[in-house]
Amino acid sequence: MTVVLTLAVLALVAIAIWQLTKIFELSQLKADQSRAQIANDNDNKNNGYLLFAFMVFTYLITIWSFWKYSKFFLPEASSAHGAEYDYLMLVSFVIIFIVQFITQFLLHYFGYKYRGKEGQKALFYADNDRLEFIWTIIPVIVLAGLILWGLYTWTNIMDVNDEDDPLIVELYAQQFNWTARYGGADNVLGGANVRMIDIDKANVLGLDESDSYASDDVIVKELHLPVGRKVNFKMRSQDVLHSAYMPHFRAQMNCVPGMTTEFSFTPITTTADIRKNPDVVDKVKRTNKIRAERAANGEDNSDPWEYDYILLCNKICGKSHYNMQMKIIVETQEEYDAWMKTQQTFSQTMASVQ
Amino acid sequence: MSATAHAQVDDHAHDDHGHHHKETFVTKYIFSQDHKMIAKQYLITGVLVMGFIGIAMSLFFRMQIAWPGESFPIFEAILGKWAPDGVMDADMYLALVTMHGTIMVFFVLTAGLSGTFSNLLIPLQIGARDMASGFLNMLSFWMFFVSCVVMVISLFVEAGPAAAGWTIYPPLSALPTAQPGSGMGMTLWLVSMAIFIASSLLGSLNYIVTVINLRTKGMSMTRLPLTIWAFFITAIIGVISFPVLLSAALLLIMDRSFGTSFFLSDIFIQGEVLHYQGGSPVLFEHLFWFLGHPEVYIVLLPALGITSEVMSTNARKPIFGYRAMVASIMAIAFLSTIVWGHHMFISGMNPFLGSVFTFTTLLIAIPSAVKAFNYITTLWKGNLQLNPAMLFSIGLVSTFITGGLTGIILGDSTLDINVHDTYFVVAHFHLVMGISALYGLFAGVYHWFPKMFEGKMMNKNLGYVHFWVTAVCAYGVFFPMHFVGMAGVPRRYYENTAFPMFDEFTDVQVLMTVFALVAGAAQLLFVYNFVISIFYGKKGPKNPWNSNTLEWTAEVKHIHGNWDGPIPHVHRWAYDYSKVDENGEYIIPGQDFVPQTVPLQDDEEELQH
Repeated sequence: MTVVLTLAVLALVAIAIWQLTKIFELSQLKADQSRAQIANDNDNKNNGYLLFAFMVFTYLITIWSFWKYSKFFLPEASSAHGAEYDYLMLVSFVIIFIVQFITQFLLHYFGYKYRGKEGQKALFYADNDRLEFIWTIIPVIVLAGLILWGLYTWTNIMDVNDEDDPLIVELYAQQFNWTARYGGADNVLGGANVRMIDIDKANVLGLDESDSYASDDVIVKELHLPVGRKVNFKMRSQDVLHSAYMPHFRAQMNCVPGMTTEFSFTPITTTADIRKNPDVVDKVKRTNKIRAERAANGEDNSDPWEYDYILLCNKICGKSHYNMQMKIIVETQEEYDAWMKTQQTFSQTMASVQ
Repeated sequence: MSATAHAQVDDHAHDDHGHHHKETFVTKYIFSQDHKMIAKQYLITGVLVMGFIGIAMSLFFRMQIAWPGESFPIFEAILGKWAPDGVMDADMYLALVTMHGTIMVFFVLTAGLSGTFSNLLIPLQIGARDMASGFLNMLSFWMFFVSCVVMVISLFVEAGPAAAGWTIYPPLSALPTAQPGSGMGMTLWLVSMAIFIASSLLGSLNYIVTVINLRTKGMSMTRLPLTIWAFFITAIIGVISFPVLLSAALLLIMDRSFGTSFFLSDIFIQGEVLHYQGGSPVLFEHLFWFLGHPEVYIVLLPALGITSEVMSTNARKPIFGYRAMVASIMAIAFLSTIVWGHHMFISGMNPFLGSVFTFTTLLIAIPSAVKAFNYITTLWKGNLQLNPAMLFSIGLVSTFITGGLTGIILGDSTLDINVHDTYFVVAHFHLVMGISALYGLFAGVYHWFPKMFEGKMMNKNLGYVHFWVTAVCAYGVFFPMHFVGMAGVPRRYYENTAFPMFDEFTDVQVLMTVFALVAGAAQLLFVYNFVISIFYGKKGPKNPWNSNTLEWTAEVKHIHGNWDGPIPHVHRWAYDYSKVDENGEYIIPGQDFVPQTVPLQDDEEELQH
């Protein structure tokens, strides 16, 4: 399918190029030889029309992209602050498209309307303070609004505090996987440093074995979060920069070796619920159709897919950067508690190794 | 100043003949101190050679993204051991991405664009015999050449070229154990960039001194063409910010080779703890982007300057709002040095800093908007001569707006959270600085080709095809890319197959790659046109575009010193196109332009620009 599509596009482009050259050649015949290399009336006419056509093209590609690709957008945010984020994004987009529509129209329309003609006189129009003032002040006002709104939201999102009894979770990054650590019963993370990593004793996160807060910590490879409870993430990296990117929650923070970074959000939709979201149902249907086709062709990557939240690495970190991920499961408090019970604490793990 | 210049000039004019005999092949074509030859050297080394390598790399990795894991004979032929059985290796993918960015940003769009046109146009448009220091100018080019050679050599080292992204964030770039490209490849990258920075500083200082000191009589700062204003301000921000990148590179070299801990701390890799303690990668990010952001404008401002000149000439109208254009260049330059933090909203730096940088970043939209509106108004009621240079200028304004608008989203710290480092960013900066700057470059080459190659003109029809194919394909590549980014696809992923949620984007990735391949092929048309026109181009008139600026009064044949006789004096600004007296007649009857060398008529008013 893609091969046919590709060939078709290539053929069309080739024809377009050929036609273009033809048009320009034809326009050349009548041209005044002394101005052969400067645009003559025919060039101006042809390219003026093409500019107009190009304007239509930019509008069409916009509409077409929205029609074809807006279903790609992430489903509605699954975090408490996400709705505000999405709304700000929507408003910014509306403003952008209004400006884009008007300015591209003016630019290309003027290019078409005022295309050169022999004997046409251009208007000597060098300055107009009022116009300059108008198009300085309008961006100032619009941007002031966006800045204030953005900063207000930003301050709220980035305010990581201990109010409302947040769950404390460490996200630990290394080439090329993620590990999560919970504070355990006391909800306090034990001290840790890469210098205390002891692979032989399975202390892979470098926890301080003498720290009493560390003994009940729970280390897992799949992130489970109870719905509706604020989570304060503490990010660490042991080797290079990574970035903990959780697009469904509109959350991202770099993991920096040598320091602990923070991000906080409250998940509001469980994994079970997001799977029932109509947009998500459609997406899964489309994706599984693709995967079924692959299975029919005997290709890899073809098993049916179930929708999940995912944590991705979003800062170039080396060879397998493209496959550094961890599944996130948002569930009810009861499910979370039940799951937590089945996990071993750090001290249990250490005991079992020794 | 100009009096002394004149004395020299007249001497020059007399012994001109003897002077020319002394030129050998080496002094004329290789170690030339003549700004016109140096401009051509920059154009051919920076744009044609390095540009070819940089664009070819992008096509390679676009093919990998569209058809992941597919075997291509061309990969095996060119990448060799990095593409066993024709399937691109993941490390090679990152190396290609890294080198594409490095080469396009620094070598093509900084040195190639600014180096070519600053060198060609500054002396010619301000009425100077040459740069303030021809020798330093020559040195600047040859250091650039050496840095190109080192960078190209780095492509062939055993463990592969640098692959940590063009931003070379440590620790990835500092530790050969983290990635093979961070060994010899990264060392050569840093050496090459250190030489490049020295070259860039020599060039910039020369540009600044020349513009300040060597303007001809009557060429006040407010009569300078906007090209010169753009080159002048670009050179200033280069001088301010490039040394900071040098310091970052030096500290990184120290960390890599001498065991210091400027950027590294608490690292456990490949089963052992490293000794580094107390450094911070965030510090590197600050230093890098202190150059990195002004760099965007170092790339873009010359393109905007070229567009101003080309658009005004071909609209047969003065550029609208000359003073506002100069003011907005200065405002953009100033703001560009205090916005670097918007690349670091989620780097772990204090969120309050994020607020400050959001504020300064969104401010930069104001002078940018002023420029865009001024360009549009320049077209209004013009008599547009739609030659290829003009089309590329209009195209620049179009992509500058499209790409610039999405900056409102990325510059907003809140909205940046979820699109940071996704394809949305890639689409944004390619349109606003990559494509726009390339369009400016092309506009400049089509417009000043006759000045570079002694009156020869490029083929117009090939130019039209080049523009239209490029224009359609550029949007074809980068417009859908925004949507992929909005869907949360991270950049610099070797393949997207590890995430079923990205499965349905395969088709659009293929579409973008096909457009990219066609766009790449269209550039070959340009190269063909360029090379053929050097040898067989039709000779045009002395002032082919009926332009006002001084370079078209200089001799068509390249002579040392540019003007055979005395340097012309300037009596007006550069934009008296279609100016009429009170009877509605052109100032010079039958001619819609008044060159800068024409004195004011008795009853003519000089505009208070």
